[in-house]
Amino acid sequence: MRALFSLSVVAVVVLLTIAAVATSGGRFFVGTILPYAAIATFLVGMIYRVLHWARSPVPFKITTTCGQQRSLSWIKHDNLESPHNLWGVLGRMALEVLFFRSLFRNTKAELKDGPRLVYGDARWLWLGGLAFHWSFLVIFVRHFKFFVEPVPGWVSGIQELDGFFQIGLPIFYITDGILLAAITYLFFRRVVNPQLRYLSLAGDYFPLLLIGGLATSGVIMRHTSLRVDITDVKLLATGLISLDPVVPESLGAVFFVHLTMLSVLLLYFPFSKLVHMAGVFFSPTRNMSNNNREQRHINPWNYPVKVHTYEEWEDEFRDVMKAADMPLEKDVETK
Amino acid sequence: MAGAKPKPEKLSSVDYHPPSQSWMDVPPNVRPGTFNWAANPANAAYLDLPHVRKWQPTDEDWKLPDNWQQIVLEGLADRLQKYRSLKLFMDICVRCGACADKCHFFLGSGDPKNMPVLRAELLRSVYRRDFTTAGKILGKLAGARPLTPQVIKEWFLYFYQCTECRRCSVFCPYGIDTAEITMMGRELLNSIGLGIDWITTPAANCFRTGNHLGIQPHGFKDSLDFAVDELAEITGVRVEAPINRKGAEILFVSPSADYFASPHYYTLLGYLALFHEIGLDYTWSAYASEGGNFGLFHSSDMMKRLNAKIYAEARRLGVKWILGGECGHMWRVLHQYMDTMNGPADFLEEPVSPITGTKFDHARATKMVHICEFTSDLIANGKLKLEKSRNDNVRVTFHDSCNPARAMGLLDEPRYCIDHACNHFFEMPENTIREQTFCCGSGSGIGTDENFEMRMRGGFPRANAVKYVHEIHGVNMLACICAIDKATLPPLLEFWVPGVEVCGVHELIGNALVMKGEHRVSDLRGEPLPGQAGADGEGAADQPAEKEVSKDV
Repeated sequence: MRALFSLSVVAVVVLLTIAAVATSGGRFFVGTILPYAAIATFLVGMIYRVLHWARSPVPFKITTTCGQQRSLSWIKHDNLESPHNLWGVLGRMALEVLFFRSLFRNTKAELKDGPRLVYGDARWLWLGGLAFHWSFLVIFVRHFKFFVEPVPGWVSGIQELDGFFQIGLPIFYITDGILLAAITYLFFRRVVNPQLRYLSLAGDYFPLLLIGGLATSGVIMRHTSLRVDITDVKLLATGLISLDPVVPESLGAVFFVHLTMLSVLLLYFPFSKLVHMAGVFFSPTRNMSNNNREQRHINPWNYPVKVHTYEEWEDEFRDVMKAADMPLEKDVETK
Repeated sequence: MAGAKPKPEKLSSVDYHPPSQSWMDVPPNVRPGTFNWAANPANAAYLDLPHVRKWQPTDEDWKLPDNWQQIVLEGLADRLQKYRSLKLFMDICVRCGACADKCHFFLGSGDPKNMPVLRAELLRSVYRRDFTTAGKILGKLAGARPLTPQVIKEWFLYFYQCTECRRCSVFCPYGIDTAEITMMGRELLNSIGLGIDWITTPAANCFRTGNHLGIQPHGFKDSLDFAVDELAEITGVRVEAPINRKGAEILFVSPSADYFASPHYYTLLGYLALFHEIGLDYTWSAYASEGGNFGLFHSSDMMKRLNAKIYAEARRLGVKWILGGECGHMWRVLHQYMDTMNGPADFLEEPVSPITGTKFDHARATKMVHICEFTSDLIANGKLKLEKSRNDNVRVTFHDSCNPARAMGLLDEPRYCIDHACNHFFEMPENTIREQTFCCGSGSGIGTDENFEMRMRGGFPRANAVKYVHEIHGVNMLACICAIDKATLPPLLEFWVPGVEVCGVHELIGNALVMKGEHRVSDLRGEPLPGQAGADGEGAADQPAEKEVSKDV
């Protein structure tokens, strides 16, 4: 139901774009105004979001330790899973952000007759997530060729590597295939698994469908008869960056659908769960070192609370303590 | 109480299929066996808690204060300002579901609202509606919903069906810690007078007397004196257990269950034997006679109020540093919160073992050392004479208690102690130990009889792993370093894996420890001591051998 709703929103985006580009005003809108609005919203929104988080302090050091602490010299310390210094934290974060370390740990628990819980490997989510994010990044970087002239060596390098297998003409990029496969997996995983379907919101299906549509329209533009003229795309892209936008005549509906989907993604980003892109760096359980007992952590809003002082306590129990011959601070004569 | 206790056969068929309607439309089912009784008003009043009243979860009307919605929403706003963790965890969850089958309560109950992601959504849905633009505009479509009495009942049920064990956080790609969500949820519930008794009453007792059962100082002294007598009877060695002794070098703080409950008590005997044998200059405190902190399960303020006694007492007694006993949440508080809340402990000295000279520089700010760190250092430096064969009647596995494992990274120190105290040690499967350890199912103040069914369900994954080593290796003893574990694992194992008992690591140490001038024929439980070639040791040596053979089949 929520998946269908998300699908219809994506369909509406596509149809509205197709309708819009039939008019010259519409072409101008989706070719210039919408991308500018999207980029501005994305940048301002993400900065706002990050500042919003940063405004709240981290009152306590609540590292989740996933390995041995640093303690006695002869006990082997795991600085990546239970970091005690900055290097350990950087290493832990790098493993997390670049390789999804925590997801790699994933297991699947199954209840068998007995009753017996059995744990199996469950790295598909890790693999799907990693494949999706990395291919998205490579595709994003490949697009730099549209914005800069001359194309930097590292961008063409990545592009050549991506087309390494030289399948078809124009060469099919591996990452296009991986991205589409990964996103299909991630989508169907949500639909097929009853528990995931139960907990999924529309906001979980929508970005998958949107990015799926974005990738599909890109592949269509490259590999079908609806191919676009790359020089015209580059004209529009460089025009956008140099704040002197032009919308070339040759660009057709598929291109604008692609561009609009990207714009919608950027617009949607700061208001959705996609903010995890920035948020992952702020997570106190992961980005703090486990040296709680070694270095004092300050809570900026720490305030005094009502305690039961030793004096009050002894006043209350002095008689029984005296009778039990326990040491006292004040040996008051009892009545 | 809550009626007849269920049988394992009944609890072992779990249906993991969620209902067909949306989770927002499934009302909370407050059924006997799955919740805790409300706080005793007298104890809530003693702690100056707000909106004290008589009510029970089984009542239709929970008698919420008139402005309860305002209190909750303002409380949420306040906590979003104070905790980046909460703010972040409200925003960045992608509901990937990696945490879903990591929670012992979900695995044992199949209730989808016990999936950590959905437990957090119970709070997130309210956050979205009242704190985000998308939620305000799109409502249910964006996963937002209004704060109704039904939502509050749902919070009560599920935030008290979470033991804050943090296992889900290990698997989360963003490290979202459901314990943080649960803690905030419980603070909000308490702000409208919805506390449970097995947190409020122990907290009130700890606040007043120093320990969670409310035993007065002379009762505490009696307990220790009794233990000293008993140890003298078992070992022939009379030890000292000084209380409130000014000028001692070290203050020792343990969970109070160690001196009233079994099997904790045998661990206490182990501590006493050990401290005597190495000639430790230490003291107990009757004022700070509880390390276990029921405030952690209530609110940040309550945690601080209860914890304050430890540093205050260390200062009053003029000790150099603090040694802490076997306890789970106590150590979470000592390690992650204490110095921040009640420090700086600049009146103490950096901990140095007076026996080995080892500097515990990883504890140089808080000045607190875990007993397993302390003892493993003694062993490594050859300061203890341990006769492993004295534990030959037990085939041991180790339960990493959640907090020392996931909030401290204390994994190898207890294993080192066990390795040097017994001959037969077997690890449970790797997905169930170390940082992936499973909770006992009764932590964080929900280990009560009325909650029995949920505890057995929640503890099932733990028990299942114990059952595995019980069947494969004949394991008959589960060692652990947490007082709640020692209280709640015995009934859990009796329910799911009869034939496995529970002990503390320092009970094993105490049994293996060869003391100067001792004469021992029984272990700390008063049972025949294996491996003793003494006059009457023969019969004792035979018995465990038989046991082993029968278990090895």
